[in-house]
Amino acid sequence: MTLLEVKGITKRFGGVLAADSVTFSLESGEMLAIIGPNGAGKSTTFNMVGGQLRPDSGQVLLGGEDIAGEPPRVIWRKGVGRTFQIAQTFMSMNVVENVQMALISLRGQTRSLFSRASALHRDEALALLDSVGMADLAGRPVSELAYGDVKRVELAIALASKPRLLLMDEPTAGMAPKERAALMQLTADVARREQIGVLFTEHDMDAVFAHANRILVLVRGRIIAAGTPEAVRANPDVKRVYLGESGVKAALAARRQKHEAGLA
Amino acid sequence: MSTGGSTHPAPILTVSGITARYGHAQVLFGVDLALAPGEVVALMGRNGAGKSTTFKTIMGLITASTGEIRFDGRDITRLSPFEIARGGLGYVPEERRIFTDLTVAENLEVGRRAAPAGRQAWTPERLFAIFPNLAEMRGRQASAMSGGEQQMLTIARTLMGNPRAVLLDEPSEGLAPVIVEEMAEAVLRMKDEGIAVLLSEQNLFFAGAVSDRAYVIEKGVIRYAGSMAALEADESVREAYLTV
Amino acid sequence: MDLALLATQALSGLASASSLFVIASGLTIVFGVTRIVNFAHGSFYMLGAYLAVTIVPWLLEFERSPLLFFAGVLASALAVGLFGVVMEVLLLRRIYRVPELFQLLATFGVVLIVQDAVLHLWGPVDIPGPRAPGLRHAVEIFGQRFPAYELFLIAVGPCLLGLLWLLMHRTRFGILIRAATQDREMVGALGVNQAMLFTGTLFLGAFLAGLGGALQIPRLPANSHMDLTIISEAFVVTVIGGMGSVPGAFIAAVIIGLLQAFGILIFPKITLVLVFLLMAVVLVVKPWGLLGRPDPAAGRAVLPEGIIDLKRFGRREILVSAGFVLALLAVPVLGDSYKIKVGIEILVLALAAFSLNFLIGNGGLVSFGHAAYFGIGAYAAGLLVTGPLKLPMEAALVAAPVAAGLAAALFGYFIVRLSGIYLAMLTLAFAQITYAIFFQWVEVTGGDNGIVGVWPSRWAGAREVYFYVVAALAIPAILLLRHIYYAPFGAILRAARDSANRADAIGIDIRRHRWLAFIIAGAAAGLAGGLYAFSKGSIDPTMISIAMSVDFLVMVLLGGIQTVTGPLVGAAAFHSVKDFFMPLTDFWRFFLGLTIIGMVLVFPRGIVGTLEAWRSRRRTEGRP
Repeated sequence: MTLLEVKGITKRFGGVLAADSVTFSLESGEMLAIIGPNGAGKSTTFNMVGGQLRPDSGQVLLGGEDIAGEPPRVIWRKGVGRTFQIAQTFMSMNVVENVQMALISLRGQTRSLFSRASALHRDEALALLDSVGMADLAGRPVSELAYGDVKRVELAIALASKPRLLLMDEPTAGMAPKERAALMQLTADVARREQIGVLFTEHDMDAVFAHANRILVLVRGRIIAAGTPEAVRANPDVKRVYLGESGVKAALAARRQKHEAGLA
Repeated sequence: MSTGGSTHPAPILTVSGITARYGHAQVLFGVDLALAPGEVVALMGRNGAGKSTTFKTIMGLITASTGEIRFDGRDITRLSPFEIARGGLGYVPEERRIFTDLTVAENLEVGRRAAPAGRQAWTPERLFAIFPNLAEMRGRQASAMSGGEQQMLTIARTLMGNPRAVLLDEPSEGLAPVIVEEMAEAVLRMKDEGIAVLLSEQNLFFAGAVSDRAYVIEKGVIRYAGSMAALEADESVREAYLTV
Repeated sequence: MDLALLATQALSGLASASSLFVIASGLTIVFGVTRIVNFAHGSFYMLGAYLAVTIVPWLLEFERSPLLFFAGVLASALAVGLFGVVMEVLLLRRIYRVPELFQLLATFGVVLIVQDAVLHLWGPVDIPGPRAPGLRHAVEIFGQRFPAYELFLIAVGPCLLGLLWLLMHRTRFGILIRAATQDREMVGALGVNQAMLFTGTLFLGAFLAGLGGALQIPRLPANSHMDLTIISEAFVVTVIGGMGSVPGAFIAAVIIGLLQAFGILIFPKITLVLVFLLMAVVLVVKPWGLLGRPDPAAGRAVLPEGIIDLKRFGRREILVSAGFVLALLAVPVLGDSYKIKVGIEILVLALAAFSLNFLIGNGGLVSFGHAAYFGIGAYAAGLLVTGPLKLPMEAALVAAPVAAGLAAALFGYFIVRLSGIYLAMLTLAFAQITYAIFFQWVEVTGGDNGIVGVWPSRWAGAREVYFYVVAALAIPAILLLRHIYYAPFGAILRAARDSANRADAIGIDIRRHRWLAFIIAGAAAGLAGGLYAFSKGSIDPTMISIAMSVDFLVMVLLGGIQTVTGPLVGAAAFHSVKDFFMPLTDFWRFFLGLTIIGMVLVFPRGIVGTLEAWRSRRRTEGRP
C-alpha cells in the first residue's frame, strides 16, 4: 500500500490560495522533495501533512487512513516523525535526555511521578544516537552543540518512534556547507535502511538533486512539475519560474533602453 | 551618470567579511560587497542563500558576529537600526512589513524624515506621481491593499526618509508581471534621483533590466561578482547558483 | 424592579465604565508599544488622586470655579505623566529585554516604593477631595436624583476615546505609537528613535492614569489601597479588550461597568465572580481578547528562563542538606519560642515557594497569584475547624491541599490555555477574585478581620510539638515535589517549556500536563496554607493578597529560579530578613521594592544560582 497519499488538499488564508488542490503520493523508503520559490505553499502543504494546519478540503491518507486535521501529537502516534526548519530540541537537557523524552512519550510514561526520567530507556536512546553518529556527545548539553549536531539530535528524536514517514522542513537550513551534505547523506541512509518515506522541503539544490528520488515543484500553491530530478531539471517551465518570466525581460529591456535614451 | 566601468567613485556602502547567525544557526559565512553612489547592484541567489540576512545585518536588525559595515564613511556595524536609517540608509524588507492598521498616508508619515540640506525632500505628492495607485488609496487602510500595492507603499515609505541608498529586498517577488514592470521603473527612477540601490533578487530578468552590477550569493558566501551583463552571459554561474 | 432604578443603575454603571476606561486606556497603550505590563500604573492612578486632593483645594482657595478645579486635575495628571517619564528613563529602559516575570516584579517594586512614599507624604488617613464646583448638584432622572458629577464622568469616557482617536490618527506621535504597537522593529528601521517614543508613551500612559485618579476625588477619598484595587480591574479590562487596543479597552470597560451595575441587583455578593466568568469565557473563545491580536511569536531557539541543568545531589550536597535539616529539627530543642515560630514559618513558606517554582522554574508558567492556593488552603483549614463542622486539625490538614488542588484544577483549566503575559495576568486575576470573595463574604469568612481560634488539636498544641507536625508534613512534601522534578512528569514539563513545537511533535498533550502541574503545585501550596493557619491561630485576607503572591515570587527570585533548591534558601533568607527588619523600619515596603528592582537589574540568578555559577566557574578554571 502507498505510504502517503495526498489528495487535492487546499488551504486559503484570507483571499490567498496558499495550496490549491495539491496531490501527490510517497512510497516507503522514498525521498520526495518539495521545492519552489518563497511563498509557493511549501510550508503550508507540509504543515497540512504534519497536522499543524487543517486543510480546507482534501485528504491526507497515511497507509490508507485519513489523518487530515488531526493534531500533530495524534499524527505522531500514527507513525509520523518530523524535524523543523529551526531545529526544535529541548535546550535545557543534554543530548541523550532529548531522545529519552521521545521514548518516554512513546511508552506512555509522561505522567509517571515515581521513576527517574534520566534512567529510562537510556540504552535505547544511546542506540538511536549511535545511528545518527551522536553517541559520543550523548552527555553534552544541547545548548553547547554546533548547529549541525543539533540537527542530528533532532533527527534522532524524530526517529525514536520508529516512524513510517519522516517530515523534514528545510533540513539543512542554517548549517555550514560541509555539515549539510553529511546530514542529507545520513538521512538518506537511514531512510533506505529502515524503509522510511521522507518528505522534505529544501532550498539547497545540491541536497535536493543529490538525494531526492522525486521532486515536486510548487508555485503559487499549485504543482507545476513533478518527477525525477533529471525530468524536473530539464523542464522549461521550472527554469522559467526560477529565473523569472522571460516575457517580462523583453518588456523591461525595452523600457530600459527608452529610459537611457531619455536621459541622454 | 556613471553606469559601471572603472570610474566608480568611492563606495557609499562597504560590507567586509560579515558573518551572522540566527541563534544557533549560522547563515552568513563572510560576505563582502560594495555599492557606489547612484549605482544599482543586484544581490542574486536562490531563496535561503542568505540575501535577506545580509540586508538585515547591514541594517543592524541582526548584529554581525564578525566583519565590518561602513556607510558614508562611517562604521555602522554596531549601530542600532534607527541610527543607521538616520544616517541615510533606507530598508525595504522582503515581507514588506506594512503597518496594516494604518492608512497609506499614515504609513508614509511613519517613514518621514527631513531631507539633508540641499536636496529636494520626498513628499507624498512627489511619491504619488511615481506610484499613481497610491494616490487613489491614500486614505485607505493598508490591510486592504493588494500585494503589489503594498510593495509600492513599502518603497514609498522608505523614500519618505530621504535616503541616499536603499536596500531593496526581493522587490519583484510574488508580483504579477505588469507590476514587476512598474517596480523596475520605480527602481530606475530612484537611480535617476541619485539614490544608490542594493536589491536582492531571484528574477534574473528583473535584475538584468535595472542593475549595473551583480553579486551572486550561495550558502552565505558571495560566489560571483561582476557586471550584470557578464552575469547574464554566464550560463555556468546561472546554472550553478540560480536555477535548479 | 422599576424602570427608574434600571436607568440609574445603567448610568452609574456607565460612570464606572468611564473611569475604568480612562485608566485602562493608558495601561493598554503602554503595553502595546513597550510590551511591558506595568503594575505601577495603579500607583500612577493613586498619585493622581493624592496630588489632586492636595492641589485642587489649594487652587479652590483662590476661587471656587470649575475652571480651577479642572486646572488642578490636569496639573496633577501632568505631574504624574512626568513621574512616568522618570520611571521609563530610570527603570523600564533597562528591562525591555528581560523575561516577563522580571518585568512584572520590577514594576511591582515601584508599586511598593510608591506605597511607602505616599504613606510618608500624606499619612495613613484617607483624604477626601473637594467636590467639583458647578457639578455638586443632583439631576432628576425618572424621579431619581443622580449626581451631576457622575453624569459628567459618563461623558468623559467617550470624549477621551474621541481625543485619543484624534491623537492616534492626527498627530505624528500617535501614528508612531500605532505603528510601533504593530511592529516596533520596523519603526526603528525607518529611523524612529525608540527610546524617545517609549518615553513619550510612558508620559501619555502615566498622564491618563493620573487623570483617572484625579477625576475620582469628588467620589472617592484618596487612600493607600487604591493602587492595587484599580490595577486588577484595569488588567481585566485590558485583557478582555485585547492588550494594546484602545477601542477594545473602551468596549470592555463598558461591558464590565454595566455587568457590575446590574450584577449587583441580581447577585449582590458575586459581581466580581461575574467579571471573572466574563474574562474566562472571553479568553477561552478569543485568547487575545476582543480586539487584540496574537503576539508575533519568535520561533527562535533560545535557552529558556528557568531550571536548565537538573543536577543530582552528590555526596557533599546530601551531607550539607542533611545538616541543614538536622539543624532545623533541633530548633525546638535548642531555641526559644520565638525561634520556633520563625522556624515553623520558614518551613511553611519554603513549601509554598518550592511549589511555585515547580510552575515557574520547571514549567515556564509564570504564576502571579500563587497566594490564592496558599490562602484557599488556609481558609479551608480554618473554616473547617471553627465553622459549624468543628472538624479536628487532622481532617482540616487533609482538606487544605484538597481544596486548594480543586481550586487549582478549576483555575488551571483556563490558565493553561494561555501563555506568556496573558497567562501571568490570568493567574493574577484569579487570585484577585479569590481575594475579593474571601474579603467580601463577611458572614462566612469574617471579611477583613478574618477568623480567630484556628488552633491545632490538643496533642499538638504546644509550639514545639506543632513544629514537628509542620516538619513531618512540609519536609516530605518538599522531597516528594523535588522527586517529581526528576521523574518523567517533571522532565516533560521542562520539555514543553523548552519547545512546545517539539513536545507536540513527540506526542505530548501540553495543556493536560500543565494542568496537572497546576493541580499539584496548588495542592502543595494549600497544604502550606493550612499549616500556616494553625501556626498563626487565625486567618485573614492578607494570606491571599497580591502582596503575599509577590512575597512568594521574591523568595523564588532571591533563591534563584534556575535552581531546584533555590526557593528553599530564598524563603529562609527572605523571611529571616523580613522578620528582623520589618519591626525596625517604617519603610519596609520601600526597601523591599528597591531590593526587588535591584535583584532584577543586577542579581537575576539569585543566591543559589550565583553560588552555582561561581562553583562551576571555579571548576572550569581549576581544569588544566
